Amino acid sequence: MANSSRGTLYRGQYGMWSWVAHRITGVAIFFFLLVHVLDTALVRVSPEAYNAVMATYKNPVMGLGEAGLVAAIVYHAFNGLRIILIDFWKGGTKNQKGLLWGVIALWVIVMIPFLIRHLSHVFGG
Amino acid sequence: MSTPLKTKIQVPRSRDLEVDGVKYNRASSSRSSFEMFAWLFMRMSGVVLVVLVFGHLFVNLMVGEGVHAIDFGFVGGKWANPFWQVWDLLLLWLAMLHGTNGIRTIIDDYAGRSTTRFWLKVLLFVASAFVILLGTMVIFTFEPCPAGADPSLLASFCPAQ
Repeated sequence: MANSSRGTLYRGQYGMWSWVAHRITGVAIFFFLLVHVLDTALVRVSPEAYNAVMATYKNPVMGLGEAGLVAAIVYHAFNGLRIILIDFWKGGTKNQKGLLWGVIALWVIVMIPFLIRHLSHVFGG
Repeated sequence: MSTPLKTKIQVPRSRDLEVDGVKYNRASSSRSSFEMFAWLFMRMSGVVLVVLVFGHLFVNLMVGEGVHAIDFGFVGGKWANPFWQVWDLLLLWLAMLHGTNGIRTIIDDYAGRSTTRFWLKVLLFVASAFVILLGTMVIFTFEPCPAGADPSLLASFCPAQ
């Protein structure tokens, strides 16, 4: 028992994978944020320069990328609130697995209307 | 009952003190509380960011034409309102500080050599400072109706030129 190669209470379980996903989405969001501030800074160059770069955000491939970005942000946001509950709420640790299902449920509830609306914009609905 | 651990648990690298190949990681009485404040900042900024980011995404991607409406005139219209200037300024600073601290933690976790950690963090802090200052400068010096620009590209409140 408790052999590290067989997994433990944490390792290979919900806690670890939610943490892995939190890190990966966090890094992805950070690098997008760097690019996003730089592209927005083009409003100080000229209206034409800004509009030219924004036009690339409107093609369908980038539209799917935006959907992926929002999916990452929504997960990171709700799982972040779950981490706060685990840290500060008395029952947080005991209910961490249930809270993760709550995160996934909220993610689905937010993503379905978002995807319907955003993808209909992107694909010219 | 204690359980046998196969792997040794390492000292947190954020406070890893190494001199001439010898590690001096003894507990000191005057420990800095920086890491505690960083931990608290992640939680407090996180709650605020959920509101700021969701509001930002809703107004820019959900309302009206969504991503198709975003152009120079759209930004001009938003930043003519101090409410959105403050919203975006808070969003910029909190998101960049939250993200920078997150990447700092990841560097401490995965970069094993202290010189690698040092230079990665120098790169991170320089890039972050540049982006925060650039973004702040843009929000405060943005001109929605630049002289000589094509009026059809500008916000509707700009005088015809």
